[in-house]
Amino acid sequence: MAELLLEVRSEEIPARMQTRAADDLKRLVADGLKAAGLAFTDARAFATPRRLSLVVDGLPAARPDVSEERRGPRVGAPDNAIQGFLKGAGLSSLDQAEKRDTGKGEFWFAVLKKKGGPTADALPGVIDAALKALPWPKSMKWGSSTMQWVRPLQGIVALFDGKVLPGQIEPGGQMAPVTFGDTTRGHRFLSKGEIKVTGFADYVAKLEAAHVVLDPAQRKKIILDGAHKLTGEVQVTLKSDEGLLEEVAGLVEWPVPMLGTIDAAFMDVPAEVLTVSMRVHLRHFVTTKPDGALANRFVVVANNVARDGGKTIVEGNERVLRARLADAKFFWDLDRKTRLEERLPALQGIVFHARLGTQAERVQRIAALATAVADFVPGADKAQVMMAAELCKADLVSGVVGEFPELQGIMGRYYALHEKLPAAVADAIGDHYAPAGPNDRCPSAPVSMSVALADKLDALTSFWSIGEKPTGSRDPYALRRAALGVIRIVVENKLRLPLARFFKEADLLDFFAERLKVQMRDKGVRHDVIDAVLALGNEDDLVRLLARVEALQSFLGTDAGKNLLTGYGRAANIVRAEERKDKTLAARIASVPDVALLELAEEKAVASALAEVERTVKPALQQENFSGAMQALAELRAPIDAFFDKVTVNVQDRPDLRLNRLKLLNQIRATMDGVADFSKIEG
Amino acid sequence: MSKPSKPQCFQDLILTLQEYWAGQGCLVLQPYDMEMGAGTFHTATTLRALGPKPWYAAYVQPSRRPKDGRYGENPMRLQHYYQFQAILKPSPPDILERYLGSLEAIGIDTSVHDIRFVEDDWESPTLGAWGLGWEVWCDGMEITQFTYFQQVGGIEVDLVAGEITYGLERLAMYLFDKKSIFDLPFNSPDSEVPLLYRDVFLQNEREQSAYNFEHADTDMLFRHFADAEKECARMIERKLPLPAYEQCIKASHTFNLLDARGVISVTERQSYILRVRDLAKACCEAWLATQVAQVEKVAA
Repeated sequence: MAELLLEVRSEEIPARMQTRAADDLKRLVADGLKAAGLAFTDARAFATPRRLSLVVDGLPAARPDVSEERRGPRVGAPDNAIQGFLKGAGLSSLDQAEKRDTGKGEFWFAVLKKKGGPTADALPGVIDAALKALPWPKSMKWGSSTMQWVRPLQGIVALFDGKVLPGQIEPGGQMAPVTFGDTTRGHRFLSKGEIKVTGFADYVAKLEAAHVVLDPAQRKKIILDGAHKLTGEVQVTLKSDEGLLEEVAGLVEWPVPMLGTIDAAFMDVPAEVLTVSMRVHLRHFVTTKPDGALANRFVVVANNVARDGGKTIVEGNERVLRARLADAKFFWDLDRKTRLEERLPALQGIVFHARLGTQAERVQRIAALATAVADFVPGADKAQVMMAAELCKADLVSGVVGEFPELQGIMGRYYALHEKLPAAVADAIGDHYAPAGPNDRCPSAPVSMSVALADKLDALTSFWSIGEKPTGSRDPYALRRAALGVIRIVVENKLRLPLARFFKEADLLDFFAERLKVQMRDKGVRHDVIDAVLALGNEDDLVRLLARVEALQSFLGTDAGKNLLTGYGRAANIVRAEERKDKTLAARIASVPDVALLELAEEKAVASALAEVERTVKPALQQENFSGAMQALAELRAPIDAFFDKVTVNVQDRPDLRLNRLKLLNQIRATMDGVADFSKIEG
Repeated sequence: MSKPSKPQCFQDLILTLQEYWAGQGCLVLQPYDMEMGAGTFHTATTLRALGPKPWYAAYVQPSRRPKDGRYGENPMRLQHYYQFQAILKPSPPDILERYLGSLEAIGIDTSVHDIRFVEDDWESPTLGAWGLGWEVWCDGMEITQFTYFQQVGGIEVDLVAGEITYGLERLAMYLFDKKSIFDLPFNSPDSEVPLLYRDVFLQNEREQSAYNFEHADTDMLFRHFADAEKECARMIERKLPLPAYEQCIKASHTFNLLDARGVISVTERQSYILRVRDLAKACCEAWLATQVAQVEKVAA
């Protein structure tokens, strides 16, 4: 068993692409090995800013000869079938094939022999194909190259069983080929010259000695351990930030965490502003004090072991941070001199969408919607809803949001609090973009809910009105997220909101229904059960809809539910089959059965059970007592079972009886469909 | 060659970079004598990036961004500033090492600093150009923009140029530890007449900001834009790409002034950018035709 080591070295690879590229390299090489008939025990891929590396363990030293048999057409088959067989098997004539009796006649067989050979002979082709197929999100040419890579390609290590594989990648143009070899390079600043490697273990050890930690997981651990140690020493806590950690681990080959200090002059700037500025501009990790407030320390991860112990690096980072925060503080101070209301005219200058007017016009629509929505939000103060809706977009023209668009809403809240507007108004401004997804926090305060709903309903109805609906994977205005936001706010807060009242477009309600199914599927709700309830039509109260769905799903989980569903299916099938034979039947069986024609005890029992159900189900539904309605339906089960045991529906010589029994079956279907469309339920 | 000593003032920084890149085999050119938004607009980059001929050049380019004016009141923003640009086509395999050498030359010691290459894709909508590369960070500060040109004027390049752009004021603030651009020593502090950046440019920032934001005659500028656009097209017809391109630069700067005056709406903005891009594209195509013709002539 032998090992394959591959390293593809380039200039600095964007952090966000590294993990995916390593996975792709592994997948492509593994697929190539499998296609070449080479089994292996394990493959692991790694990435640093300057290299993608792959080790494959347990490869055989050689591939055995293999033979494969292919059965062809029957002996004496037409010539075109014979020719097709020969061509497919790569044979020139039937002399190269064998005749065999399979017991079902004589057939032609081809025996194809594939020559084996040293594994090393097959590997260069596998590597070459994998590198050519590797999909970078963005790639480029360099020098006079015609090939593309993420950044200029610099070197390739390709070792099998400790020996260099023959091969090279030709960048094209006047560029020298990048030849497979056994030498790599270490850290850009902390290592000089080439490093010769003999295998994976040697490679990892020599890279480490050359200040390169190959494994991103290991780099992350070094960053976290170092950061926790540094922050622990000054009694602050590192704020967890997985996204930043991932990125920083992709920016360094030799992580050296260092502790810096935020100038006290900036500590009264809102924590979100400090955090964004540090995170986005400098990739600094923020820290918190024991009470959860932002602490004045940050962690920066250098890619260097500095001769002065990092003093220059920390000072440099502090200085850049000071300049950045001075900018942020400048805007924060300036912004607070203007009241949100005074910013409203400026919204007339911001186009929301070419066909949907300005942000000012959008705000007017949101305000109208928010006050209408507030009628259905218990405890929402209409004056506050109006105020919050009118001011919710004002921070878009503030200095801080101009610099940091991701702080929209959050800044509006701060400015509102600064103006001493009611806290509920400030919170609603801060909350109105929420929830931003399935895991984001969902507004629960009445004013916040009203404005957040209006924001999303306006986006949906506006884009719907100009025909900009999401299609396939295209959803440029995040309308699926908006619909999900509406659903979450309504459902999680049990708001009794008649959705259809807020838009004219019928298919928008269908869109909500689709999103609801997607969201509920994740929570284990059956899509067919939702369909059964949706089929009742005109249900735009999501809370009521889900209550009915929940009752139906739990009913269908019981024996009574399952059996009743079977009974329903039999009744519906018979009626459908008869209706197909006779187009006039449907109209004739729409009425209630004639009591005088009910001859057998079993049919009388069904009729009286149906009458009883009619009597109890309607009020239960009206009171939204859906489990009660299901229980009432359950009473049908025994009589229906007995009916199908004893009663023949299609009596040959008594058309009057037959028609009456079909009426009875039709009534079973109609009564049950009044609770939910049981025909939508899948077995 | 003796190693130049660490720069002590703004002009030293320029001289050091010029000397360094001259040592790397670059032409040292002078600034283009027209108003432009960045060093990339210089014909030595935009046009020379196209075509099959190798090209190594370095130069300072005064750059104007009318909207960035702050009347000299913001310590870090100017409407007129300097870029130093080196362009190496085709990009040599050791271009990053050469670039790092320039940092050593201006006094950035990589054994005590943290140099990072952070993904940054560059795109110029008005030039119809894009490339991939990095922002280069020194201890968290962006000191250079590094781009491998892939397309210019909507045309895919034959040879890839590596473009290295230093924001000189920002770099100087870092090297000389100044909080304001205006505090930078322009010439040597030991000179008989030591002058700061403020002595040279503060009044200019005030007056030009007032012009850009308040006083520029917008009717005249709209006329200039239209005239430049027309003249550019006329020169393209006459197969004179260089004069045509100057009209394109003029149109671009005029558009920037109009934009600063706030007379171009959001929707119009896009259409102006596209108009300039069309000019740039036509100039680049016409220029490329002359280059290919020259190469073919030599080959014949």
